[in-house]
Amino acid sequence: MSALTVKLKIDNIEVEVPEGTTILKAARDNGIEIPTLCSLEGLTNYGGCRLCLVEVKGAPKLFPACTTPVSAGMEVITNSEQLREYRKMTIQLLLSERTHVCSVCVANDHCELQSLANKLGVDHSIFERNWTRKEIDSSHDFLVIDRNRCILCTRCIRVCDEIEGVHTLDLKQRGRKAEVIMDLDEDWVNSCSCTSCRKCAKVCPVGAIYIEGEPITRTKNKDVAEFILTRRQRK
Amino acid sequence: MKLADLQKIAEQEVDFQRAYKYRINVCCSSGCMPLGALKVLEAFEKAVKEFGVEKECKVARTGCPGTCSVGPVVVVEPGDYLYQNVTPEKAREIVRDHIVLGLPAKDLLYSNEQFFKKQKRLVLRNAGKIDPYRIQDYIAMGGYSALVKCLATMTPQGVIYEVMTSGLRGRGGAGFPTGQKWSLVARAHGSPKYIVANLDEGDPGVFANRTLAEADPHAILEGMAIAAFAVGAEKGYIYIRAEYPLAIQTLQRAITQARSMSLLGNNILETSFKFDVELRLGAGAFVAGEETAILASVEGRRAMPRPRPPYPANSGLWGKPTLIQNVETLANIPLIIMNGGLWFSKIGTPKCTGTKCFSLTGKVNTPGLIEVPMGITLREVIFDIGGGVQKDRKFKAVLVGGPSGGCIPETHIDQPIDYESLKNLGAIMGSGGIVVLDDQSCMVDTAKFFTEFCVDESCGKCTPCRVGLTKIKGIYDAITQGNGRMEDITVLEKTSVYIRDASLCGLGQTAPNPVLTTLRYFKDEYIQHIKDKKCPAGRCFKTKEGEQ
Repeated sequence: MSALTVKLKIDNIEVEVPEGTTILKAARDNGIEIPTLCSLEGLTNYGGCRLCLVEVKGAPKLFPACTTPVSAGMEVITNSEQLREYRKMTIQLLLSERTHVCSVCVANDHCELQSLANKLGVDHSIFERNWTRKEIDSSHDFLVIDRNRCILCTRCIRVCDEIEGVHTLDLKQRGRKAEVIMDLDEDWVNSCSCTSCRKCAKVCPVGAIYIEGEPITRTKNKDVAEFILTRRQRK
Repeated sequence: MKLADLQKIAEQEVDFQRAYKYRINVCCSSGCMPLGALKVLEAFEKAVKEFGVEKECKVARTGCPGTCSVGPVVVVEPGDYLYQNVTPEKAREIVRDHIVLGLPAKDLLYSNEQFFKKQKRLVLRNAGKIDPYRIQDYIAMGGYSALVKCLATMTPQGVIYEVMTSGLRGRGGAGFPTGQKWSLVARAHGSPKYIVANLDEGDPGVFANRTLAEADPHAILEGMAIAAFAVGAEKGYIYIRAEYPLAIQTLQRAITQARSMSLLGNNILETSFKFDVELRLGAGAFVAGEETAILASVEGRRAMPRPRPPYPANSGLWGKPTLIQNVETLANIPLIIMNGGLWFSKIGTPKCTGTKCFSLTGKVNTPGLIEVPMGITLREVIFDIGGGVQKDRKFKAVLVGGPSGGCIPETHIDQPIDYESLKNLGAIMGSGGIVVLDDQSCMVDTAKFFTEFCVDESCGKCTPCRVGLTKIKGIYDAITQGNGRMEDITVLEKTSVYIRDASLCGLGQTAPNPVLTTLRYFKDEYIQHIKDKKCPAGRCFKTKEGEQ
């Protein structure tokens, strides 16, 4: 990391951070919370969920805080009326995209999507819900993927590639048909690259990938992100 | 090869062509080919021999003159007589009447004179005039002399200065000033630097770039080489759709020829400048034409866009500075170098200089590929060049900018075409698709059609585009099946604005344009659909038997 620092304003608070820091990190390091889903410290940023969009004064468009580096004199607004409205829309869309029924979900009470919905005040959805019948793969000894609950944040794909280094998981198809697959779309048990390291289940923000027989409190342990990060820095 | 050699080739070729009194240009591009252009070409060659005029009449295989709706087309020079719907039988007739007797076969000539009158062909300067398979043809038209001029007399800064003066803006749709982009890449740290020419024309009904590549491939290569000289790149990629086999073949041949004449490769024209071009074939994804997705695809990864910054000018292919330009932009470059930036800046409007190619389709009498100066009005394009609406039906709207363009009603078609005024109308320059709709088109159905296209082509990375568009499609399904509610209009509007503002890339950001513009200009049609369950054009609410 460069020793140079830049000064900028986030929500009218003057902050000073090292050059090259993302807006998200700059905000979080200074106690300003920006909601995120696809971003996870320690993994490369994806910029897909669009929850962390922020306004930058003077720019006509919105920027994802997780991928946009700070620049000197930048004035960032993280919590305007419009941004709150857009974040609610994003959560509503994710909830109505596939089959999300909290009461019968393994991740109930430990789900990042659910807790964000609560936090952002999403009390209803203007969109019609979609009941998908995508394949559930429970062929693996203890890892299960329920693609009906997947929000395509690709955390599992990135952790599999960047941290475990095997790249078992990836996407097939595109758009609304996109699905997380193992190897060349094999059943999980037949995957020859999977090391059964469980990282995918640990980073999944929802109940799409989980470990059969393990208490969800243990699987969705928040410390895992920190663990990943420290391992990265040691490398 | 040196400058003198190039001039020699040009002179020889000009002399060779002057020896013929007539030249018959048979269009053999993707439009005319399936209609039997090769048989027509054969028939001409045979007829010329039959009448014994092969010494005074040259039959050439060329690219497209633009009138794709009446193919196969044939142009007889001098005089640019354009014959339409030519068959092998008619070919013999044309040779007999026009070449032997000197009397153009009037009843076979193309009817709409206005089609060419209002056009200004710069990018398509050679389209339909030269044989794209022969580099000599291109050189005879002054080709590669701009590259020679750059290498012999100009500095990279000088080239960038000319491009800046010209005011040329990116023809891929967004309209970013080309000179500025070049200077960003030239100044960027890192080596090697790359150039990517974007020929991933994925829009339905758009064929301008394909036609350019099929008719004048060397203009693209020369533009790329000049750009490489200006920004300091050594390697270029042309990213082209695999669905364009003829364009691929033409470009591949052009690259081989240019290499063999040392116009590409090491020591170009015996200078220290080196630059080579490679083709990369796309695998049928609309989103691959997006600036950052194209980079991923060239590298061999899944064609998904990524957020900017970092911009490709600083971190593009393999993290190196990369210049990405549409092929139409590149084809302008040799002209700017030869005639000067100032000359170019006087064409079009002050803020939007030069010309733009449009694929004119839909319910017009003379559809085709056109090139017009910026600032021309949509009315001129539709009613003069396009010859008005088919069967004298009533004009209803025009969709400008492809599937993510906007529907513009008659009240606004007197606006000049440029990046800004199209944006104000809710449309985009985009890929340059113009689809004319008559009173038999339903605007709700049109918006639904284009939304469906974008739903299918969304890469699925970001939530607004992937889910938002799917939800919009669901609402359209409901409205066009008689299950619409008045609240749906508000939801459509709200969701569209959200998708436009929150999406990651240009595809998502522009995808709601057809929805927003039809809601803006044709809201009453939505209300009719929802409240009265009636489709004024009679396209929606169809049961299986096709009854309304």
